[in-house]
Amino acid sequence: MDTTPTDSLAPPAPAGKTVTRAGDRVFLGLSRGSGILLLVIMAAIAVFLTVRTISAVSQDHGNFLTTFEWNADNTPPVFGIAVLAYGTVVSSVIAMVIALPVSIGIALFISHYAPRRVASPLAYVVDLLAAVPSIVYGLWGALYLVPHMQGLTAWLDQYLGWTVVFKQSAPGTAARSLFTVGILLAIMIIPIITNVSREVFRQVPRAHEEAALALGATRWEVVRMSVLPFARSGIVSASMLGLGRALGETMAVATVLSSSPVLTAHILDPAGGTFAQNIASHFGEATDFGRDALIASGLVLFVITLLVNGAARMIIARRKEYSGAAA
Amino acid sequence: MKLQRKSGLRALAVGAAAVSGALVLTACGSDNNSGSSSPSTGASNAAAGSIKCGSKGNLLASGSTAQQNAVNVWVKNYMQACPGTQINYKGTGSGAGVTEFLQGSTAFAGSDSALKPDQIAQSKKVCGGTGQAIDLPMVGGPIAVGYNLPGVSNLVLDAPTLAKIFNGKIVKWNDPAIAKLNPSAKLPSTAIQAFHRSDESGTTDNFTKYLIGAAGSEWPYSGGKAWQAKGGQSAQGSSGVAAQVKQTAGSIGYFELSYATAGSIPTVAVDTGASQPVQASSDNASKMIADAKVVGTGDDLSLKLDYATKADGAYPITLVTYEIVCDKGNKSATLGATKGFLSYIAGSGQQGLSGQGYAPIPAEINAKVRSTIDALS
Repeated sequence: MDTTPTDSLAPPAPAGKTVTRAGDRVFLGLSRGSGILLLVIMAAIAVFLTVRTISAVSQDHGNFLTTFEWNADNTPPVFGIAVLAYGTVVSSVIAMVIALPVSIGIALFISHYAPRRVASPLAYVVDLLAAVPSIVYGLWGALYLVPHMQGLTAWLDQYLGWTVVFKQSAPGTAARSLFTVGILLAIMIIPIITNVSREVFRQVPRAHEEAALALGATRWEVVRMSVLPFARSGIVSASMLGLGRALGETMAVATVLSSSPVLTAHILDPAGGTFAQNIASHFGEATDFGRDALIASGLVLFVITLLVNGAARMIIARRKEYSGAAA
Repeated sequence: MKLQRKSGLRALAVGAAAVSGALVLTACGSDNNSGSSSPSTGASNAAAGSIKCGSKGNLLASGSTAQQNAVNVWVKNYMQACPGTQINYKGTGSGAGVTEFLQGSTAFAGSDSALKPDQIAQSKKVCGGTGQAIDLPMVGGPIAVGYNLPGVSNLVLDAPTLAKIFNGKIVKWNDPAIAKLNPSAKLPSTAIQAFHRSDESGTTDNFTKYLIGAAGSEWPYSGGKAWQAKGGQSAQGSSGVAAQVKQTAGSIGYFELSYATAGSIPTVAVDTGASQPVQASSDNASKMIADAKVVGTGDDLSLKLDYATKADGAYPITLVTYEIVCDKGNKSATLGATKGFLSYIAGSGQQGLSGQGYAPIPAEINAKVRSTIDALS
C-alpha cells in the first residue's frame, strides 16, 4: 500500500505557488459575501427589534415582565409578557414530551425494524406531514381535534384532577386549552424530529451494530447499546429544531387556543396565550405604538429561541466525545 | 437524487408555509363571510344601471373589514359601469386603513370608528393644508348575539344580563336573571360558555360600546378593540367565534348577522324596554341608526348611537362604518373618481345592502352624506 489511487490521479501541484483563477476569486467573494450578509441580517433584525422595544417598553404603564394583560392600544398602555412566556413554554414542553418518544420510535422503526418495502413509503409519508401548512393544522385542530378532545379532557380531569395540573376549573368547557395546543404542536414537530433522527440512526457505523450482535445482543439491545448512544447528540439537535418550530408556531395556535390574560397551572383550562399567537391576534388592528409593543414581545421570543439553541449547542458539544458524532 | 428530492420537498413546505402565512396575515381580524360575499344580490346588479360615473382614475383605498363585503359589490358594479376606473379596496382593518390614509397613500379609508381629534389634526397635512379628514357614515350593520342551547329557542336577554354573562357574573343558563326574561323557556342548568374575539376588532369595540352605553355599572371596562373582561373563551375572527358557538352546546357569542344567517345560529332578541324584544335584523339596525345624532362638526358626519334606546324595533347592538376622505384638498388626480364612487355608494348603492346582512343609512342622514360628497373638493 505505498501508492494509493488518489496519489496517482491527483494533478501535479506546483510546489510553493498556488494558482488562483478568476473562478476561485468569484467563488471566494460570493461565499464570503453570503457569510457577511447573514451576519448583517441578524444584526439588523436585532437592532430593529431593540430600538422598537425600547420605545414601547419605556411607555408601558404595567410591568413588561410581570403584567398579565395585553392592552397596548389603550390609553395608558398596559401590557406584559408573563402569560405569553408561560404559555409559550408550557405548550412547547407538552409538545416535546409527546413528540420526542413518538418520533424516536418512528425513526427507529423506519431505520432498524421495518422491512424496506414499508420503510420508504413510511418515510415519504412523514415527509409529507412536514409539508402541511400550519394553518391547515390550525383549521383541523379547531374544527376536529377540539370537539374530539372533550372525552380525554373529562377523563384526565376525573382521574388525574388531584395533580392540579390536570384539573379543569369549569368541567365541560371546550378543549381550546394549552394542552390541546401542545398535542397539535406535537403532531406538527413529529416529522421534523423523525426525519433528522432517522438520518442520524442511519449513520450509526455498521461495525458497532455487528459487534453488538456478535456479542449475542438482541435487536433491542443493539438499539440500546450502539444506536442510541451514538445518535444522542443528533437526537438533541433534532429536538431543538422541533422545539424551535413549536416555540414560534403562530396560526395553528391562534386558531385553536382560546386566549385570555390568565396564568393558570390548570393546562386543560381554555386560557393563556403564546408570543406568536398574541402577535397574530393583535397585529391587524394595532396602532403604531401597539405594533412596537408587539415587536417587543417578538424580541423576547427571539431571545428565548437563542437561549434554547445555545443550550442545545452546549449539550451537543459536551456529548461529542462520547458519541463519536464528531467524526 | 435522494437529497434533491428531500430538499425540494422542504422548499415546498417552506414556500407553502410562507404563502399561507401571508394569506392569513392579510385575513387577520377579517370580518368577511364567504357565505354573503357572493355579489349576486339582484338588487345591487339592478342598481348598476343608474351609476353616474366620475372622471377616470385609479383609486386606492383600505380599511374596515366589516364593510368589505359591501365594498366588494360596489366596486364590481362601479367598475362595470365606468370602464377606465380601477378601484382597489384592501380590508386591512380600520386602524391600518386610517394610518394609510393619514400617510397619504390612499384616496379614502373605511373605518368602524370615527376619527379621533388628534387624527383629524394630523389629517390637515394630507388634505393640502386647507382641508381636514371627515367621517361619512356609509353602511351599518347589526351585531348578532348567537347562542347554542338545545331545547331553547327565542331567547331574550337585556343589556345588564348580557354584560353579566360576558363578564362571568352569570355562569349557569338557569340563572334567575335569565329565567325572568324567558318565563316560558325550559332553561338547562349547564354552564354558560361565553365566546369573544381573541384578535382585536371593530366588532368587539362596537359590542362593548353597547354594553358600556346600555348596561351601566355592570360593564366596568373602558372598551376598545381588544377584549378586556376576565374569563370566557376566545376565538379568532367572527368566523371563528361563530364556528365555536355552532359546535359547543351551552355557548353564546357575538358576530355580524351574516355569520348567524350563514350558520343558521339562533340569535338573541334584546329586551330594550320597547314593547317587544327586538330581533337582530337589517331593518331593525336601520331604525337604530335613524335615531342617531350627528356629533361631527362641520362636514364631519360621525354619529352617536343611543344605546339605551327604548324605541320600538330599534336593535341596539348596531355598528356604523364610515368612509373617511378630505373635505377640501383631495388630490386632483383621484378627486373625480372618489366623488363618483362615493356618490354611487351613498346613492343607488344603498339598495341591496340588507340582502347582505348590512343596514342602509336612513334617508335623513344619507341626504346629508350626499350633499357633503357633492361639495368635496
